[in-house]
Amino acid sequence: MGSSRMSKSLNQIVLPVAGGTALAVAVALVIANLDYGQNKISSLERRVEQASQQVEAANQKASEEAAVSDALRTQIAEVQALADKSASGGSDLTERAPQSEAGYGLGREALAAEIAAWDVDVLPDGRGLPEGSGDVFTGEEVFAEKCASCHGDFAEGVDNWPVLAGGFDTLADKDPVKTVGSYWPYLSTVWDYVHRSMPFGEAQTLTADETYAIVAYILYSNDLVDDEFELSHENFSDFEMYNQAGFIVDDRPEREYAQWSGEPCMENCKPAVEITMRATFLDVTPEDGGESVMNHAATEDTPTFVAKAASADGGGAAEGTESPASQIDPGVIAAGEKVFKKCKACHAVGEGAKNKSGPQLNGLMGRTMGSVEGFKYSKVFVAAKGEGRVWDETALVEFLAKPKAYMKGTKMAFAGLKKDTDLSAITAYLKSIGE
Amino acid sequence: MEKDVKTSRRSFLKGSVALAGGTVAGAAVAKEADPLITEVQDWASLTGVGVDEAPYGLPISFEKDVVRRNVEWLTASPISSINFTPIHALDGTITPQGCAFERHHSGAIELRKEDFRLMINGLVDRPLVFTYKDLERFPRENHVYFCECAANTGMEWAGAQLNGAQFTHGMIHNMEYTGVPLRTLLNEAGLAAAGDLKDKWVYVEGADASSNGRSIPMEKALEDVLVAFKANGEALRMEHGYPVRLVVPGWEGNMWVKWLRRIEVTDAAVESREETSKYTDVYEDGTARKWTWVMDAKSVITTPSPQMPIDHAHGPLVISGLAWSGHGKITRVDVSKDGGITWETARLGKQGDSKALTRFYLDTEWTGEPMLLQSRAIDETGYVQPTKDQLRTSRGENSVYHNNCIQTWYVDENGVVENVEVS
Ligand code: HEC
Ligand code: HEC
Repeated sequence: MGSSRMSKSLNQIVLPVAGGTALAVAVALVIANLDYGQNKISSLERRVEQASQQVEAANQKASEEAAVSDALRTQIAEVQALADKSASGGSDLTERAPQSEAGYGLGREALAAEIAAWDVDVLPDGRGLPEGSGDVFTGEEVFAEKCASCHGDFAEGVDNWPVLAGGFDTLADKDPVKTVGSYWPYLSTVWDYVHRSMPFGEAQTLTADETYAIVAYILYSNDLVDDEFELSHENFSDFEMYNQAGFIVDDRPEREYAQWSGEPCMENCKPAVEITMRATFLDVTPEDGGESVMNHAATEDTPTFVAKAASADGGGAAEGTESPASQIDPGVIAAGEKVFKKCKACHAVGEGAKNKSGPQLNGLMGRTMGSVEGFKYSKVFVAAKGEGRVWDETALVEFLAKPKAYMKGTKMAFAGLKKDTDLSAITAYLKSIGE
Repeated sequence: MEKDVKTSRRSFLKGSVALAGGTVAGAAVAKEADPLITEVQDWASLTGVGVDEAPYGLPISFEKDVVRRNVEWLTASPISSINFTPIHALDGTITPQGCAFERHHSGAIELRKEDFRLMINGLVDRPLVFTYKDLERFPRENHVYFCECAANTGMEWAGAQLNGAQFTHGMIHNMEYTGVPLRTLLNEAGLAAAGDLKDKWVYVEGADASSNGRSIPMEKALEDVLVAFKANGEALRMEHGYPVRLVVPGWEGNMWVKWLRRIEVTDAAVESREETSKYTDVYEDGTARKWTWVMDAKSVITTPSPQMPIDHAHGPLVISGLAWSGHGKITRVDVSKDGGITWETARLGKQGDSKALTRFYLDTEWTGEPMLLQSRAIDETGYVQPTKDQLRTSRGENSVYHNNCIQTWYVDENGVVENVEVS
C-alpha cells in the first residue's frame, strides 16, 4: 500500500515534463513491485535496466530533459538499493521496531501479593508447590463430589470426558490409552493442572490440601499407591511417575528432515496408483443439523491410475530392465502392487528403499542373488551369490511359490504364493520397479 | 430470484457441455437471449440499502454457507472444542477474522481492555505489570503469519475421514498482526537476572479458566514472538484472545496463548499439561515425542475439493490451494492429477512470505477424466512435504498431531470430489 502511494506522488512530479512519462511509469512499476518478493528481484532488475536505457535515450534526444533524467537516475539507484537490500535480507521488508536499551519506563513494578496470586505454576522438581497434604481417603470424597460427574467415580471417564486412570502398557498398541497413570511423565503436571484448571467450569476453587488429596486419589485409582497413601509438599518430589522415562525431545530434524529433502520425482514416480480408502464421513455437517453421514461407497468402484510409458528420464519406474514397464499390462502391475502388501512387512521398494528384515527389492530383475550391500543373508543366498546366479522371471516365480523348497535353509519366513495370477502379478510389479 | 439465476446457469452449463464434444475450442453459443441482460432487473431500477444500515458489515446473505463449522461428536463439550475455517471457499491468503477457526480449552471469554493486566515475572530484574494502554506505547510491528493447530489433519492418521478441506485442513488461519515484539517487553523487565539466556525459558499463560500454559525457549522468545493486539487491522476477536494474544510464528497454535496475562522467565520448562498429556505424540514402540513446536511444510488443494466440486463444463479449470511452512518461505508447490505418478509445478500467487500462507494456482484443462489431485509443498530449507506412507513409516500410526501429509482428492468424471487415501 505504501508503495502505491509512493508511485502516485512520483507520477505527479514527473508527468508535467514532456517525454518523461514513460520513465515515470517504468520507475513507478519498479517501486510498485518492491514488496513482491525476492523471486521478483531479477525481473525488477530487468525493468531497472530498461528504465536506464530509456534514460539514455531521453538524454540524447533532448538536453533540456537532462535534469529530469538525473533525478530519475537517482530514483532508480534508490530503488535498486532497496531491491538489493530486500534480496539479501529476504523479501520481508518490515523493518524491526526500534528498541531502547534502557527501556521505555512503561508499566509498573509488580507487587509481591500480585505475583503470589498469579504465579502458581509448579515445576517438575516441585518448586512452586504450596505447603499442605491430603490422603487417598479424603481425595476419594472430594473427587466424588467435584470430579466424578465427568471423570467417573474411579477416574475412568464418563461418556466422552477424559479418562484419568488405567491404560498401562498400551502405548505401543494401536490406539494407546493415554491417562495420568499410563502416560503423564511428571506428578507436578497433575497437581498444577487440577489446582489451576479443574473442576471444569469452576477452576481455581480447590484449596492446596484438597488438591493434594485429589492427586493422591488419582494415583490410587491408577494402582500407583495404596489406600494409606498421603501426599504432601514434603514427599512430593520422591514420587516418580510410571512413564517418566517415556519421552524424548523432538527428533524430526534427525529422523526426517534430511531424508525428506532434495529434488523430488516429477515423472513416472510410481507404476500405478489406486484408491485404498474412501472418506468415512461424507456429509460432515448436514444442513438439517443431524449426525455426519457415513460413506458406503466401495474402493472397487474407483479407477486405477497407471503411469504412461516410462520416458527416458523417468524417475524410478522401469529403467534398466529387459522388458520395460510400458510393455506390461498396467492392470497386472497394479494387481502386483496389491500382492506386494504381503511382502511389505519385510521388504521395501522405491526411491530410497532401505533394508528391513528382508533386503530391499529395487531393480531385482537381473540382480545377482544375495547381493544387496549391508544385508546379512543366510548361507544358501551367500552360496547363490558365489555361483553368480541372477534373478529372472522363472527363478522368481519358483522361489516365491515355495521359498523353502527353492532355497533350502533360507531365512525368509514366508509360506509362498499359491495362485498363479498372484505369481505373475508380483513378477510384473517387481519388474516395473527400477533401481 | 435466486432460483431463476440457478436455472439459467444450469441450462448454460448444458449448452457448453454439448459443445465441448465436437467443436474446436471457443466460447459457448447461447440459443436465446439472456433475460438477465435483456430485461430490466429490480436491482437496476429500485434503490438499494442505505449507509446507516450496517455500521459493521457482514458478508452478503448469499455467502451464508461460508462459515466456521464444528463437528459435534468430535469432543465432549463445545466449550472445550474446535471449529474449522472454511478454507475451501476463500481465496488469496488473508483469513477474515469472523471465519477464522477457534480452539479453546474452557470457552472464549470477554475481557475488557480496562481489565487487562500483563505481568512479567520470574528471573527478571524488575517484575512488571502492564496495562493495555502501556502496550500501545511500545514501538510496534506488523507481520502476516499463519496459525495452525497441531491437530490440524490429525484425524487423517487413521485414514481418509471427513469429507472436506475445511474439516481436514481448516484448523488454520492467516492474519496480519500488529503487536510489540516480546523481546522489547522482556528488555523492559531486564534479563540480567536470568544470567546465561541459553538454557532459559519463558512460560506464558492466559487469563481464562484453562490458563493453557506453555513453555517457550528463550531463543524463540527473543527472535520473532509478538504480543499482538490487532489482527487484519482491527481489534482481535474475542475468540482469538481479545484484547491481547501471543503470536509465535511458525510454531503450533496451542502456544499462541490467548487473553495473555503472564510471562514468567524460568530456568526449566514447566512441563504443563499442554506440553505433556497433550501436544505430544506416541511412536510405534510407545516412546512419546515432546517439544514438537515447529509446523513442518504442508499444502492442500482448496478447489476443487469435496465441498467445491467441479460444477462447470469441460475446458479451463483453475486448481488452487494453500501452502505454508513454519521453517520460512514456500519456494515451490507441485500438483499431481494422477495420485503422485506425474507432477507439475504450480504458480505461486505471491512469493516470499515467511511463516505465512502462500496461495498457489495450476491453470489447467479438464475434459471429464477422473483425477487424483495432490499438492506437495517445498520450503526454503529444501524440505519436501511427505506422503502419508512416509509419515507412517517414520512415526507409526498412533500420532494425533503434526500430520503434514500430502492430501489426495478423488475427482470423478462428473466433477464430484471425495477425500481418499491412495496406494
Ligand atoms: C464438567 C465436567 C468436568 C468436571 C466436573 C471435572 N473435569 Fe476434569 N476435565 C474436563 C474436561 C472437558 C477436560 C479437558 C479440558 C481440555 O480440553 O483442555 C478435563 C481434563 C482433566 C484432566 C486432564 C486429562 C488429560 O488427559 O489431559 C484432569 C487430570 C482432570 N480433568 C481432573 C479433574 C479433577 C481432579 C476434577 C475435580 C476436581 C475434574 N477434573 C472435574 C471436564 C471436567
Ligand atoms: C517375514 C519376512 C518376509 C516376507 C513376508 C517376505 N520376505 Fe522375501 N526375504 C526375507 C528375508 C529375511 C530374505 C533374505 C533371505 C535369506 O537370506 O535367506 C528375503 C529374500 C527375498 C528375495 C531375495 C532377494 C535377494 O537379494 O536375492 C526376494 C526376491 C524376496 N525375498 C521376495 C519376496 C516377495 C516378493 C515377498 C512377498 C510375496 C516376500 N519376499 C516376502 C523376508 C521376507
